[in-house]
Amino acid sequence: MAKMNGAQMVVKALEDEGVETIFGLPGGTVIHLYDALYDSKMKHILMRHEQAAAHAADGYARASGKVGVCIATSGPGATNLVTGIATANLDSSPIVAITGQVATTLIGTDAFQEADIVGASLPLVKHSFQVRTPDQIQQTIHRAFYIASSGRPGPVLVDVPADVQKGMGDYEFSSRFDFLGYHPENIYNIAQMDKAVELIEHAERPVIFAGGGVIRSGAAKKLAAFALKYNIPVTTTLLGKGAFPESHESGLALGMAGMHGYPVANRALMGADLIIAIGTRFSDRTTGKRENFAKNAKIIHIDMDEAEIDKAIKSDVWLIGDAGRVLDALSSSMKKKTVDHSEWNKLLSEIRIKEPMPHSEYGNEIAPWQVFEALRDITGGNAVVTTEVGQNQMWAAQHLRIEAPRRFITSGGLGTMGFGFPAAIGAAFVCRKQPVCCIAGDGSLMMNIQELDTCARYDIPVKVILLNNVCLGNVRQWQQFFYNHRYSHTIYSRSPDFVKLAEAMGVAGFSASTTDDLRPALEKAIAEPGPALVDIRIPQGALIMPMVYPGNSLDEMVTA
Amino acid sequence: MKSTFSIVSEDNPGVLMRIASLIYRRGYNIESLSVDRTEVPGLSRFTIIIEGEEGVYEQIRKQLSKLIEVIEVRNLTAEGPFVERWMSLVKVMAPVERRPHILQTAEIFRCRVVDLGSDTITLEVTGDRGKLEACMAALKPYGILETAGSGQVALSRTGFEA
Repeated sequence: MAKMNGAQMVVKALEDEGVETIFGLPGGTVIHLYDALYDSKMKHILMRHEQAAAHAADGYARASGKVGVCIATSGPGATNLVTGIATANLDSSPIVAITGQVATTLIGTDAFQEADIVGASLPLVKHSFQVRTPDQIQQTIHRAFYIASSGRPGPVLVDVPADVQKGMGDYEFSSRFDFLGYHPENIYNIAQMDKAVELIEHAERPVIFAGGGVIRSGAAKKLAAFALKYNIPVTTTLLGKGAFPESHESGLALGMAGMHGYPVANRALMGADLIIAIGTRFSDRTTGKRENFAKNAKIIHIDMDEAEIDKAIKSDVWLIGDAGRVLDALSSSMKKKTVDHSEWNKLLSEIRIKEPMPHSEYGNEIAPWQVFEALRDITGGNAVVTTEVGQNQMWAAQHLRIEAPRRFITSGGLGTMGFGFPAAIGAAFVCRKQPVCCIAGDGSLMMNIQELDTCARYDIPVKVILLNNVCLGNVRQWQQFFYNHRYSHTIYSRSPDFVKLAEAMGVAGFSASTTDDLRPALEKAIAEPGPALVDIRIPQGALIMPMVYPGNSLDEMVTA
Repeated sequence: MKSTFSIVSEDNPGVLMRIASLIYRRGYNIESLSVDRTEVPGLSRFTIIIEGEEGVYEQIRKQLSKLIEVIEVRNLTAEGPFVERWMSLVKVMAPVERRPHILQTAEIFRCRVVDLGSDTITLEVTGDRGKLEACMAALKPYGILETAGSGQVALSRTGFEA
């Protein structure tokens, strides 16, 4: 046992959890904590905005599978974290957010920089704590890490009042838990396994539908083994990209399904007689009109979270548990040979040829898919990619083939513009040997553009690939289709000079506006040892295609 | 459609907020909520009547079960017979000349007199919801000044082995 103050205990507790990197911003109620951090070996990345700190922690978590950590001061610092916390919550990403709070004696008095952050974040967290005495600090932080990373992962907030940081106490590490109602180790129910096996053995047109849960579980290899053994094609959700190698030589990868999914993926889901859904919550963006979704298919739903079963889509058979563990059980329960699926796979490969992903060209101007083609060539398909939200995100999802888990990091559930760039900063501290690229649109990038400075200060080699159409392209696209071309407040009257902006922030800037410029600009940016930004002008009229209009069935795809 | 949920949780600050916020956030309505500590130190029991459409209760049960501090969630309505009680305090206008009538009415509903003033009387009435509604209706003509109710409290019935 060692005598220390509360702030030192927070730092020690974080060290004892194995934390290496923290993203944060100091302020009045965390000065004490930062004073303790001054002596720590943990790396603290000083961000320019707390929202970016939360997204960076999230990006770190998604790239590594470990818990991401961010720190903010009370009041506005804490409320700035909220968007990042909500983003992590909807995508089940494990982060621990530590916030300062006014002294316990001042709580409730509307003190300077007081905000009830526990209350404000309540519906957006997996759990939250307010530490009331120094002797609770170690246990609370230990529990926070355990809750964030176990079961279905999610964000946990730990609010530490200023006087608790200053209070003295004894620090002793204990890995003891005393949860009465939280036992993620018991989340496992395969009572319906026999039914699942029977459905799989007799299915003529089965499809595996893999979501982010496969990646969170680290079950991609098990999934691939299962799919290959039984010759079952695989489609994924947006967050499931990378759960199965998208250019797998078996031809079993159908690509992403959903509103902007691959035609063959959507046709497979709608034409299947069995869907084996693993680690997906059937979000409305992936199912299209729910009543029509996979009407002729039986559904086996495998998920860690019992509450996802029958929430959005009614399943015929469900198996509860970690994707990897359930896949193990499923594999060992399979006895007989399945029906031969070669006809089904042949039909799908015909559809793939007949209905390819559209690749519109714009003459001299750069088409979005050309950017991804070039990027893939230049990086050897080895890059870790984060995306912003909007057209850039969907184009990236459509045109970047992701061959391994944790290489495609995107805000799926909350659709948070401003996520991708700070998330890339977080990922860069995990992926030191691969290029980390942030695919951005001009609308999203401007929401956390200040972090260019962070990249420059720490020489974080993030490459911002900006698809600049000087508009809020996705909303503009909806206005074109559904609001009679009335482009209400989606088109900017001018674009910032992103190259100069990058340079002003200490980041190398390049630009490309014609197909001839594209590859050289990208090559230069990737070759830069440090951070770089490439401002790529794309036509304002470029659309995300195909598209399933909202309210339509998944097989009613518009392609032009 | 209504369902009575019985929830056992850790007795921590904020649990009520988490439970109420979750029910609100998922779009359901709380008709009645009562909470008290249980026989086990550190544990609370909530009895909540939730109004929602048929079929949503299983979803609510699963979502509530996910709260870290929640230990047990039971849908008493779905599980089988349960006993319920409501308790109300009713302050009735009671000038001396009308008092015997009020006390007679109170007797019928087995109310207890818990306070008496110069021209009011406060009754305690306990029972199931139907009895409480009937009692209120019977007292109404005398002039009800104030009421305070506990909301529903409930436990499942155990029964006997056959």
